[in-house]
Amino acid sequence: MKNIIEVRGLAKRFGGVDAVAGVDFDVHEGEVFGFLGPNGAGKTTTINMLAGLARPDAGAIRIAGVDCAANPKAAQGLMGVVPDESNLYPELSGLDNLCFCGALYGMRKSARTARAGELLQAFGLAEASGRKFGGYSKGMKRRLAIAAALMHSPAILFLDEPTTGIDVAGARRIRQIIAGLRSQGTTVFLTTHYIEEAERLCQRIAFIVKGRIVRVERTEDLLRQAQGRHVVQFAVNNCAAALLDAVKAAFPALSCAALGGGALRVESAEPVRIGPIVRLLEEKGAEVSEARLVRPSLEEVFVQITGIEVDAMKMEKDKGGKGGGA
Amino acid sequence: MRAWIAFWNILAKDMRTYYLKPPNISWGLLFPLVWIAMFFVRSGLGMESLPSLLPGLTALSALFGATSVLAVTVTFEKRGRSFERLLLAPISLETLMLAKTAGAVIFGVFNALVPILAGWLLADLPGVDWAALALAVALIAVSSTFIGLFIAVSVQEVFEAQAFCNFFRFPMIFLCGLFFPIDRLPLWLRPVSYALPLTYGVDALNAAVRQAGRMPLALDFGVMALFCAALFWLSLRNIRRKWIA
Repeated sequence: MKNIIEVRGLAKRFGGVDAVAGVDFDVHEGEVFGFLGPNGAGKTTTINMLAGLARPDAGAIRIAGVDCAANPKAAQGLMGVVPDESNLYPELSGLDNLCFCGALYGMRKSARTARAGELLQAFGLAEASGRKFGGYSKGMKRRLAIAAALMHSPAILFLDEPTTGIDVAGARRIRQIIAGLRSQGTTVFLTTHYIEEAERLCQRIAFIVKGRIVRVERTEDLLRQAQGRHVVQFAVNNCAAALLDAVKAAFPALSCAALGGGALRVESAEPVRIGPIVRLLEEKGAEVSEARLVRPSLEEVFVQITGIEVDAMKMEKDKGGKGGGA
Repeated sequence: MRAWIAFWNILAKDMRTYYLKPPNISWGLLFPLVWIAMFFVRSGLGMESLPSLLPGLTALSALFGATSVLAVTVTFEKRGRSFERLLLAPISLETLMLAKTAGAVIFGVFNALVPILAGWLLADLPGVDWAALALAVALIAVSSTFIGLFIAVSVQEVFEAQAFCNFFRFPMIFLCGLFFPIDRLPLWLRPVSYALPLTYGVDALNAAVRQAGRMPLALDFGVMALFCAALFWLSLRNIRRKWIA
């Protein structure tokens, strides 16, 4: 498979801190590539370097064979970028914003008007095309930002947290758009902290933690790892450290962890026998209100690989926003 | 061709969004007229004195017109991240910044035309070198615009841009020979005066309108062109260092 993005030894430091610490990865042509990690992991810094908005301290980037250091403007012509916050003009209408973005890429008036109309229709914004962008809802703003990045029909689309702060319906619509782009052959570089979103959309995923890539793999291969595991989550009124130690001592074959909010997570390669565990917990004075089998998902793999709790990551990111997780 | 389409659309958007807004148009007309009225009230002279006031009024109108909007709009777009979208476009930084500044230059020239038109309509302007006048106005507008750009890329907040504009503008007005002839300034202030682009602009206007320039016109134009090139180069350097860091 042909690589459309090649990154080697990419590094960036801010004030003595390694924001991105020598990362290597490739993105295949036509795939949706997920770039997952918690806040501050280096996702946006990496996108900024790929898009030419930040200068790497070290490393090389090639976009469709173009060396970004030697010819950044040629590389920028091949990509569309949707940042995590809207950067369109609030005082211009939706249509004018799209036409202006097309003009920045040298599109002639007739071509950009036609393309803008096509995108407004496809993204369900035709009726709002004459309204000022500043009056759009968050979901509409994000859809228009994606449309603006697609005006010049780029080979690669960078999407930075496209569904953060968007309501559920809006987020679903954006995910449909991303899936549609893939079917049209556009390569999508997607950063997100919604694991289920990445699981649903991405062919391959890279996990980045503290500026380093800890794993790059096909989504189905990552899921296969999780599918061989059996995970049961118990809701317990008081999951103290002593209780966890007691379970670990009684069932050494199981892998146990205390989650936030009084939950106990038990994992095994074999089916988990719930009865003995519940009895032990009750003997130790805990009240078990629920025991549920957890569906194997990418979340499990993410937790295993990064050691970061998904809920904690979501809560951190969603501060101040509604959150558009599935 | 692609760069030209981008250039033209950035300029057209800025003109439409910022410069052609009614408050700015009225400011562009009102400001030079207020300066004219102020000078007449202050001097107590009649219309026959208009040619002697014209160089100063034209210079001030171009200076304030060119610097008033650009520094604020660039800082505003940087804060709102829409400037990022321009930086992502596949056009050179030089083309981009020339497009962003072209609107301010046009606005500065438009402001300068108000006292010139008033002079042309209300008074005799014999012996005016119109070509030199046009070049002087254009160079004052360009150098003032690039001062605005330099300020915009040196600050973070919109209010800082406004404050810095005045920090540069007012000393320039008082030291450029407009209110006090340079040879009447204290000796230690004269080098400062000659380090300001407006000094050469006012001198060129004096030469063009009243044949009263103190320096050769070629020197005035040459120094102003050097100021323009230096300010533009410094601004681009700052953008590369600070905004694409």
